[in-house]
Amino acid sequence: MNVAMSTPTPAEHTLVAVEMAGVHKWFGQFHVLKDINLTVMRKERIVICGPSGSGKSTLIRCINGLEQHQRGRIVVNGTELTRDVRSLDAARRDVGMVFQQFNLFPHLTVLENCTLAPIWVRGLSKAEAEMRAMHYLERVRIPEQSYKYPSQLSGGQQQRVAIARALCMNPKIMLFDEPTSALDPEMIKEVLDVMIELAQEGMTMLVVSHEMGFAREVADRVVFMDDGQIVEINGPDEFFARPRHERTKLFLSQILR
Amino acid sequence: MTTRTFVRTAFAPNEPPPLEADSTASRFARSLFATPANFALTVLSVGIVALVLPPLIRFLFLDATWSGTSRDDCLANAGACWPFVRAKFGQFIYGFYPAAERWRPNLVLAFGALLLAPLLIPAAPFKRTNALLFFGVYPVVSFVLLTGGNLDLQKFLLGRFLQWTTVAGVGFGIGLRWAFWTDFLFSAVVIVALVAALAALLRASVFAAVTAAGMVLAGLGIILLAVDLDFGLAPVETRSWGGFLVTLIVAVTGIVVSLPLGVLLALGRRSRMPAVRYACILFIEFWRGVPLITVLFFATYMLPLFLPRDVTFDTLLRALIGVALFAAAYMAEVVRGGLQSISRGQHEAAAALGLGYWRMMGLIILPQALTLVIPGIVNNFIGLFKDTTLVLIVAIFDLLGQIRASFADPNWATPVTLYTGFAFAGVIYFVFCFGMSRYALYIERRTAAYGRGS
Repeated sequence: MNVAMSTPTPAEHTLVAVEMAGVHKWFGQFHVLKDINLTVMRKERIVICGPSGSGKSTLIRCINGLEQHQRGRIVVNGTELTRDVRSLDAARRDVGMVFQQFNLFPHLTVLENCTLAPIWVRGLSKAEAEMRAMHYLERVRIPEQSYKYPSQLSGGQQQRVAIARALCMNPKIMLFDEPTSALDPEMIKEVLDVMIELAQEGMTMLVVSHEMGFAREVADRVVFMDDGQIVEINGPDEFFARPRHERTKLFLSQILR
Repeated sequence: MTTRTFVRTAFAPNEPPPLEADSTASRFARSLFATPANFALTVLSVGIVALVLPPLIRFLFLDATWSGTSRDDCLANAGACWPFVRAKFGQFIYGFYPAAERWRPNLVLAFGALLLAPLLIPAAPFKRTNALLFFGVYPVVSFVLLTGGNLDLQKFLLGRFLQWTTVAGVGFGIGLRWAFWTDFLFSAVVIVALVAALAALLRASVFAAVTAAGMVLAGLGIILLAVDLDFGLAPVETRSWGGFLVTLIVAVTGIVVSLPLGVLLALGRRSRMPAVRYACILFIEFWRGVPLITVLFFATYMLPLFLPRDVTFDTLLRALIGVALFAAAYMAEVVRGGLQSISRGQHEAAAALGLGYWRMMGLIILPQALTLVIPGIVNNFIGLFKDTTLVLIVAIFDLLGQIRASFADPNWATPVTLYTGFAFAGVIYFVFCFGMSRYALYIERRTAAYGRGS
């Protein structure tokens, strides 16, 4: 997977899922992303870690336009993100996102959560959308909860519904923003298992997470961020066994005990 | 003795909760007379009830006059003079609407009840058709029935700039004029052409734009046709409307207009477009900063001074617009409170799924926000229902106005006429406001089901 480290040639271009080049972003005066260069290939699994406030979430939120970058360029599936709303729509069409706080729609049932966007954005019929929703709810192993409201489910179940909801839009890229950080310890595994399956099926994934076991198991590359910049990128074995940057070593020594 | 290790051998079974040891009566007594302060409050409360309730019951029922035809029958008793209400009932309900035409407001009220009831019952079918009938067709039908229709429209848009002199006076004989309807057709063609050109300029779908414009114009045409046709109904000026009919018209119009308008204003106030935001803030703050009485007074007596001489508005229509805009400004702030309580995560999740602004608002944000502020919305509705009585200031006689007007009738001048009239008004207002309040509670409980968990 070292090819992903270099800039792709035009022939390889279709293999690139996300390209970020010289991306900067500020929150007011605060320089939150500094010169981010990252190219993610199709079917690649990237885990992004780093201390809180290092800009991990902001980085992946720039990929589907929840945050706007102010300098540099971001190309998602061949579409460059610009101020034009249409480029944003095109990018969001291909990118699904799972949030730390699940963000399910509490006034809709599990099934309605999953069918809403396919019906209203993709123009599917209700029957088609429900068939697709049940398919993905089965994949995340909660088809029997489809008539319930989110508040009736456990955190782990809610997060699995959130994953199914994103998958119902048939995204080419999935973003996970600390998907297990808000979960009770007993529920982390059920969510990670679903994510591992997804990775094995070849989904392009960018995962902000501190689940180092997950990173070891499925990541093609681990990105370490601190102070708004990418400090180190490496394959998981190298990353954990022989971190090169002092900051990375310090971080790993803090979280791996 | 304590043990260091413990391993459960059998799980404890679920048991029903223990029964309350003491009876309801003793718990009642305990909570009412537990402390000297409790005791004093209980005695005080009972005292107030004992002081107020018996005279009220005596006045309204026991000492009341129930039958009779004139003031003489009521003079003998100290209680309420109900024959007065019976004699004036028509006036209380219809004002001075001609007696021979009262079947028309009756029909309007009956239609309203028939359409509203299934709309309010969640389980009733055909909600979409029902809503279309109530919000789209019913107002036009009511307008025609109540006013008599046959507006005798003269000019539409082009006719204001060009002279249609040759055919101006010619009519169809069914209340329509050639001048207006040719004007309307030509104007419609011009508008559709303009919309198509604009769509082409903005690179939007010309077909969709033309279809939308065509449908709006067709709808407008049907409405205009309905109010312009001569159905042979005798015209009844709004000046002679009154009583409960006017109360309902003002309140229902205010309620039906203020909610959607308030939602739009609330969204506008949170818009990222400065022009929209400031326009909405200006509108809301202006209408909230002015008393309703001033609004009504201004609309009725001052506005004509600023408008061109030949532009005339009906007094009731002016009051309706004033009340609706006033209520919308208040509604906007209630809705904004609801919008603010929806977390950013909901917006982000909707955006990440590719929902645009209007779908995000319509499908995700507003359903949650409006559910949260049902108490505030109903509070506004109830306030509005009672505020309608202020139209009295511009010489429109609503229920209360009619009741007060009827006190002047010497045939019913008794010491208790005043109290009887106000008691009747109080009962009517209470029934409607309490009804709204209970219905809102019911809907609140229904919609809150998703928040309660299992």
